[in-house]
Parts: sequence; C-alpha cells; structure tokens
Amino acid sequence: MTDTTLPNRIERPSAVSFLAYAGALVLILWCLGGAGFSIDKVVSSPPRFADFAARAFPPNLEPGVLARLGWKMLETMQIAVAGAVIGVILSLPIAVFAARGLIAGPWVNQSLRVVLGFIRAVPDIAWALVFVVAVGLGPFAGMLAIVMDTLGFCGRFFADDMEAADKGPAESLAATGAGRLDVVACATIPGAMPSFVSTSLYALEKAVRSSTILGLVGAGGIGIELKVGFDLFDYPTAMTVILMIAVVVIGIEQLSGWARTKIIGEQR
Amino acid sequence: MISSVSDLREKAPVARHVRPEPTGTEFASVPVVDIEAQSVSKSFGDTPIFSDVSFRLVRGSSTALVGANGVGKSTLLRCVMGLIPATAGGVRLLGEPATGVRKSDLRALRARIGLVSQKHNLVPRLSVLSNVLHGMLGRTGGPRHWAHGFAPEASRRAAMEALDKVGLVHLALRRADRLSGGQSQRVAIARAIVGAPEILFADEPTASLDPQAGKDVMDLFMSLARENGVTVVFTSHNIDHALSYGDRVLGLAEGRKMLDATAVSLTASDLRGLYD
Repeated sequence: MTDTTLPNRIERPSAVSFLAYAGALVLILWCLGGAGFSIDKVVSSPPRFADFAARAFPPNLEPGVLARLGWKMLETMQIAVAGAVIGVILSLPIAVFAARGLIAGPWVNQSLRVVLGFIRAVPDIAWALVFVVAVGLGPFAGMLAIVMDTLGFCGRFFADDMEAADKGPAESLAATGAGRLDVVACATIPGAMPSFVSTSLYALEKAVRSSTILGLVGAGGIGIELKVGFDLFDYPTAMTVILMIAVVVIGIEQLSGWARTKIIGEQR
Repeated sequence: MISSVSDLREKAPVARHVRPEPTGTEFASVPVVDIEAQSVSKSFGDTPIFSDVSFRLVRGSSTALVGANGVGKSTLLRCVMGLIPATAGGVRLLGEPATGVRKSDLRALRARIGLVSQKHNLVPRLSVLSNVLHGMLGRTGGPRHWAHGFAPEASRRAAMEALDKVGLVHLALRRADRLSGGQSQRVAIARAIVGAPEILFADEPTASLDPQAGKDVMDLFMSLARENGVTVVFTSHNIDHALSYGDRVLGLAEGRKMLDATAVSLTASDLRGLYD
C-alpha cells in the first residue's frame, strides 16, 4: 500500500545548512554592531524627528526662494542629462571592446572590464571631489562625475547586453562573409538596442538622483542649497529642497518608465 | 526498401549535372563539385556528434540532409560552412579549401554562399530593406551597408530586386518584427540571395511555418535556386520536402552518414528508418 503520510512542513536542516544559517546570523549581528545599531536611539529618535518636522513645516515657498531653487534644480537637471548622454555615448565603443566574443580578444575584454569595475567602484561623490580638484568648483565637475558614473554603469551593462543578444542574426551575417565590425554594427547592436535603451534610461534616473547631492561637495546643482539650509538651521528651505528633489526624481522615473514602454514596448 | 537504420546502406551517389560549366565546351559533361566534405567529424568536448562524414555535391544540385533531432544535421551544416570548426576532416567549397584557412580567406569564401535559418534570424528592429542589404556585407561591407538610408543606389536597387523576387517589395520599409512567419522567412531568403550566392544552405527553413507556408517557402526557395543554378543544401524533418525538393538525400543517424541516395530512388518509408 502506498505511504500517504504527510511530510513535515519544514524539513530539518543538515548540519552544514545549520552551520551556514548560524554563520549568517552572526555576520548580520556583527554588521549591526559595527554600524552602531542602538535600540535606545531608535526609540528616542521619533520625538527628535517630530521636532525637525515641526521646524521644517511648512516648507519655504517664498517666490524668491522658489525661483532661486528652481534655477538650481534646472542646473541639476542639466548636469544629469549632459553627463548621462555623454556617458552613454562613450560607453558604447568601450562596451563593444569589453564584450566577450565580439571584436577584441579575451585580454582586452578582461582589462576593460576591470577598468569599468574600478570606475563603478568609486562612488559618484568621490568622482565629484576628484573633478572639483581637477577642474574647479561648479557644475562642470559634477557633469564629469556623472559621465564617469554612467560610463562605469552603462559600459558594463551594454557589454553584458551584447553578449546576451540573440546570436542568430550575427551567425547569418557571418555566414555571408560579413566582417566582425559589420556583424556587430548590423546584428549585435540592433539586437541589444532594447536593453541599451532600458539601461540608458536607468542611467538617466541614476544621474538625476546623483546630481542632486553633488552640490554637497561643490560640484554644482541643488545639493549646495540643501547643505546651506541645514548648516544655517533653515529647515523650511531645506524641506523645500527635499520636496523639489523628490518631485523631480519621481517625475523623471515616471517619464523614463513611459519612454521605456513607448520605445521598447516592455518594462524591464 | 529501407525500414530501419540497420537496413540502411549507402546508395551510389548520383552526380546530377544541372548547370554546365559556363566556360569551355570540352568539360561540359563533367560535373563540377561545389561542396566536398572529407571524413568530417565533430565532437563537443568528449561528446561525439558525428564522425567520418564524407560527400561531394555537384553544382546546381539540391541536397536534403535528414535525420532525427540531435543527430547533428545543423552542426554538420555549420562545420561545412566553417561557422564552427570540425574536430577532424576537411571541407572544400567552390573548389577552395574551407578548413585550416585564414579567417580572411574564409570570409571571402563565405561571401559566395548564403544561409537561410530556421528562426529566420532577421534583426527585429530594422527595416526589411536594411535586413536584405545586410546580405551584401560579405561582398561589399562597410558602414554604407549598415542601413538602407546610407546604402549606395546600386545596393538599394539590388535589395529591392531581391525583395521583388520573394514578392515582398511592398513591405520594404516595414520593421522585420512586424512580419508574419512566412513573410519573415521570405525576407531571410531575399537576404540570402541578394549577394548572388553560388551555394545556398538552409537549416530547417520551414520548421517554424505552417504546412502551406512551408510549402510556399520551399517552392520559392527552390525556384530561385534553380533559376540561378545555385547549389542547395537544406536540412529538414519533413520527409515529403526532402523527397520533393532534394535531388539527393543524405541521412545521418547514430553519429554517422547512414544514407546517401538520389531522391527518386527513395520512398518515404526509407527515410522513416532514420528516425527509428
């Protein structure tokens, strides 16, 4: 007769699994300790947060302040768009050489991937500090920081997208004697284009978010207004900046999602 | 009659001379061999796919390559075209060696052949016309042939003529991903013939099409090939297609060439033996 006994709802872990779970738990606790996690501070923070909110609301909506912040937000957008566009354009040729099995050999692929990994590993705010030293204070340093950030992000993902593109069209063109560059230009890049568009729009969203804080280190944009607002305890103005950033970032995300759907017909 | 793989015996290959050698009359009756495979073997790692496959296909002939799934038909086709290296053996195409040669020489050789794939392999977001133009990249590569907007007048005209031959000239500017399966395969045929190839390979060209569309595509494909005296090799699971459109049938089974005979000497049940 067939055994129809119900199995245990939760299977007993093996000794190795048990040790792995225990190790993961210890790691998390260790990280929380290193991060200064404190229940006391969590419990005592709501009154302080409420105090900040009480002093920040209502936000500063004086026309003069709004006009000044509006111009700064416009500059922030200019930094983001210019940096993202240049970054995307520069990413494409680099990605073609970084993608395995397309044009360059494995040494070139791997070297470029290491360079892109380094660019990506350095935070945008650190790039902004470097460029403030290199080209001086102002939005140009911010734009260069965004270019680097976009290059690291798009260079890697464009290369991955091309490696993952359908190989069929490329094979059909190679079968007719087309050169490698022709195959990449006519089959691989068009095949990966929906992914490129999606990645580029994410890069733009990322650039907008990044550019709002680059002003903290003097690299242009609205971030400096946020810093000044907090430094001078002008919380209503700081709150206005925070709300403007939130509105613009959410707006860009919505616009990007709409454009993605329109251009490639799907969400990624 | 052949009813199973074990019953299969190689029948004498028939050198059917469809297109005479264009120059000179003294060799007019001598068939020209366009494709010659000599003891070709292929393994992926330790897994052998097929071994010791040899055949000679004459100019202007049509050959069906048949066999069960996974027997290596597509792999053999790719080895013959030099798209993947054979583990052993040699191939000559159009009288030139296609194995053990420099990549540039292989590309020059491939410029004289065309491929039609099961999945059509069009670039989905590009126009039909641009896709057809890409078939000329082997002969006249470079950025001007990357998109029809930049292409030279003569190339654009050649692409339109190829589209006309497959009856899709009215869809020249339509995006390739907005075509039906049959239309898409016709565009793939136009891309394959636009470079005036001397050999056409087709890897299960009707596998993704319904029976009527499949028949239409094969009729078109073969009439264009015959019209231009092109040597054709196609793989197929469709026994009727193999017997109707092939002058000769090559059968693979158990990692070997198990059948090599003229189509007229075979019946459908002969081919079914390859699938047992």
